[in-house]
Amino acid sequence: MSARLRAADVAVGTELPEQTHRVTRADLVRYAGASGDLNPIHWSDRVATGVGLPGVIAHGMLTMGLAARAVTEWAGDPGAVVEYQVRFGRPVVVPDDDTGAEVTVRGKVGAVLDEGRVRVDLTVTSGGEKVLSLARATVALA
Amino acid sequence: MALDAGLVGRSYPPSAVYEVGRAKIAEFAAAVGATDPAHTDADAARALGHPDVVAPPTFAIVVTLGAADVVLADPEVALDYSRVVHGEQRFTHHRPIRAGDRLVSTTTIEAVRSVAGNDLLTTRVDVATEDGEAVCTALSMLVARGAA
Repeated sequence: MSARLRAADVAVGTELPEQTHRVTRADLVRYAGASGDLNPIHWSDRVATGVGLPGVIAHGMLTMGLAARAVTEWAGDPGAVVEYQVRFGRPVVVPDDDTGAEVTVRGKVGAVLDEGRVRVDLTVTSGGEKVLSLARATVALA
Repeated sequence: MALDAGLVGRSYPPSAVYEVGRAKIAEFAAAVGATDPAHTDADAARALGHPDVVAPPTFAIVVTLGAADVVLADPEVALDYSRVVHGEQRFTHHRPIRAGDRLVSTTTIEAVRSVAGNDLLTTRVDVATEDGEAVCTALSMLVARGAA
């Protein structure tokens, strides 16, 4: 069982443990099914390149979901996120191989708010490039 | 094919009830690799103060994606869906979504803009229980990239 992080134990600048996730085509298929987002740009190279993308790309919402784990696992409660927003800056291109793409998530506390809430600012990259911008979560700590 | 600014504020009838199941939460959690037992084990969720298993923070998209289809199906919203990408997403959780919730979504067009030949459409989906308890507000900005 996870222990809930206490607001008293964090300050502006506190860093969250870095996470790296590997995303393969199989992960995209699984996310498509679970989310109901069946847009073919997430599974068909033909359609993806036909609309001008470099190839099949990950669902932005999958990247957003992966990035949330850095916050919820740190906070110790997946129900602690009260606000979460991102801008999808650059697509995560997922090659059709066994390696896939890598998504790295870093975060730090950007502000301590009232009522035990903190704002976490996230930096999410793939292949050294930022894929999400203005990614931030407000978390209610114990 | 710019979007009509008069669309802003247009609201659509409430969705049918979406009943949140434990299996769907577990399936979605697995798809984003979230392994917290509070997604799958009701006792673990209760230990954190939740009445039942809770959904990951982005699960609301499962509920709101379908609800927002009414906008794309609106003949007065001239958006070329084949050129649409997701620009921004925001969730405000009034409380976590949990198994057993019976949710109704109401969709409103929040903003329309045209930037550099691209059409930007922001929808707001207010998710509440059947009894009217506010659960989540989701703001989605879609970008229809202008034809080259």
